[in-house]
Amino acid sequence: MKEFLHQGGYAFFVWGAYGVTFGLLAAEVVALMVNQRTILARVGRWVRGPTQGSAKTASRGNE
Amino acid sequence: MSINWFKFASPAAFYPIAGRMIPWFAGIAIVLVLGSLLWGFFGTAAQLGGSNPQKEYYRIIYIHVAGAWMSMWLYLVLAGWSAIGLVFNTRLSFMMAKAVAPTGAIFTVIALWTGAFWGRPSWGTYWDWDPRLTSELILFFLYIGYIALHSAIDDTRRADRAAALLAMVGLVMLPVIYWSINCPDPTQCAALHQRSDPGSIHASILWPMLGVTLGFWSYAFAATFVRLRGIILLREADSAWVRELLQGDSGR
Repeated sequence: MKEFLHQGGYAFFVWGAYGVTFGLLAAEVVALMVNQRTILARVGRWVRGPTQGSAKTASRGNE
Repeated sequence: MSINWFKFASPAAFYPIAGRMIPWFAGIAIVLVLGSLLWGFFGTAAQLGGSNPQKEYYRIIYIHVAGAWMSMWLYLVLAGWSAIGLVFNTRLSFMMAKAVAPTGAIFTVIALWTGAFWGRPSWGTYWDWDPRLTSELILFFLYIGYIALHSAIDDTRRADRAAALLAMVGLVMLPVIYWSINCPDPTQCAALHQRSDPGSIHASILWPMLGVTLGFWSYAFAATFVRLRGIILLREADSAWVRELLQGDSGR
C-alpha cells in the first residue's frame, strides 16, 4: 500500500494529476446537484406561486 | 424500424427520457473509470521503454488522453448541436449545446492540468508554448468564450444564436489540435506525442485508457443531461407540462 502511494517517487505528479481531475469532476457533480435543486425550487415557486400571472413576468434573466 | 426522431426533439418529450438515462450513464461511468484505473495501476509495469524510460508518472496517461479526447469530442458535440440549432431552429439543440459546454471546459482543464503534471517529470517543464499545448489552451478559451457570450446576452434566443455562431467558428481549432498531437510527419514534431498511434501502445495500457475514455464519455452524458433538465425547466417554465410536472412537487 505504501509502495502504491509512493508511485516510485512520482507521487506528487501522479496524485496531483488524479486528485485535481477527480476533484474537478466531484465539484461539477456537487454544483449540478445544488443547481438542480435551486432550479426546481425556483420554477416550483413560479408554478405554485400566489401571483397568478405568467412565470415570465418574474425576473429570471438568462438562465 | 423507423423512429420519429423529431418526436424527441421537443423538450417536453426529452425531459423524462433524459431523467431516466442519467442514473445509467452515471453508473456506467463509475464502473468503467474505477475498473479501468484498477487495471491500469495494478496490471501494468512500473516503467516503460528502454534507455529513457517512462517511470510511474506515465500512469497519468489514462486520464490525460481520456480528458484530451473528451475535450475535443465535446467541442464537436457543442458545435454540432449549435449548427443543428441554427439550421433547423430547434430549441432543444441550443439547450443541448449550452448544457454540454461547462463539462467540455472542465475536461479541457483536466487535459491541460494532467499534461502539465506529466510534462514536468518527463520533459522537465510544466508548460511550453508548443502547438499542441497552445491550441488546447485556445480550446479552453473557446469554451469560456461560448459560456461568457451566452450569459452576456439577456435575450435567450439571441444568446443561443450568437454563441452557436462562435462555437462553429471555433471549430477550426479542432483539426489544429488533432494534427499537432497526431503529427502526420514525426520528424517535424516534438518527442512525446509521436508514438501516440494506438498500434504502438501496449494492450495493458491501451484498454484501460479506452475504458477511462468511455467512462468519461458516459459521465459527460450524465452531467449534460442533468444540466439540460435544469435548462429545460427554466425555459419552459410557462408551459402546461412543467406546471403539471411541478404541481406534484416530485420534480420527476
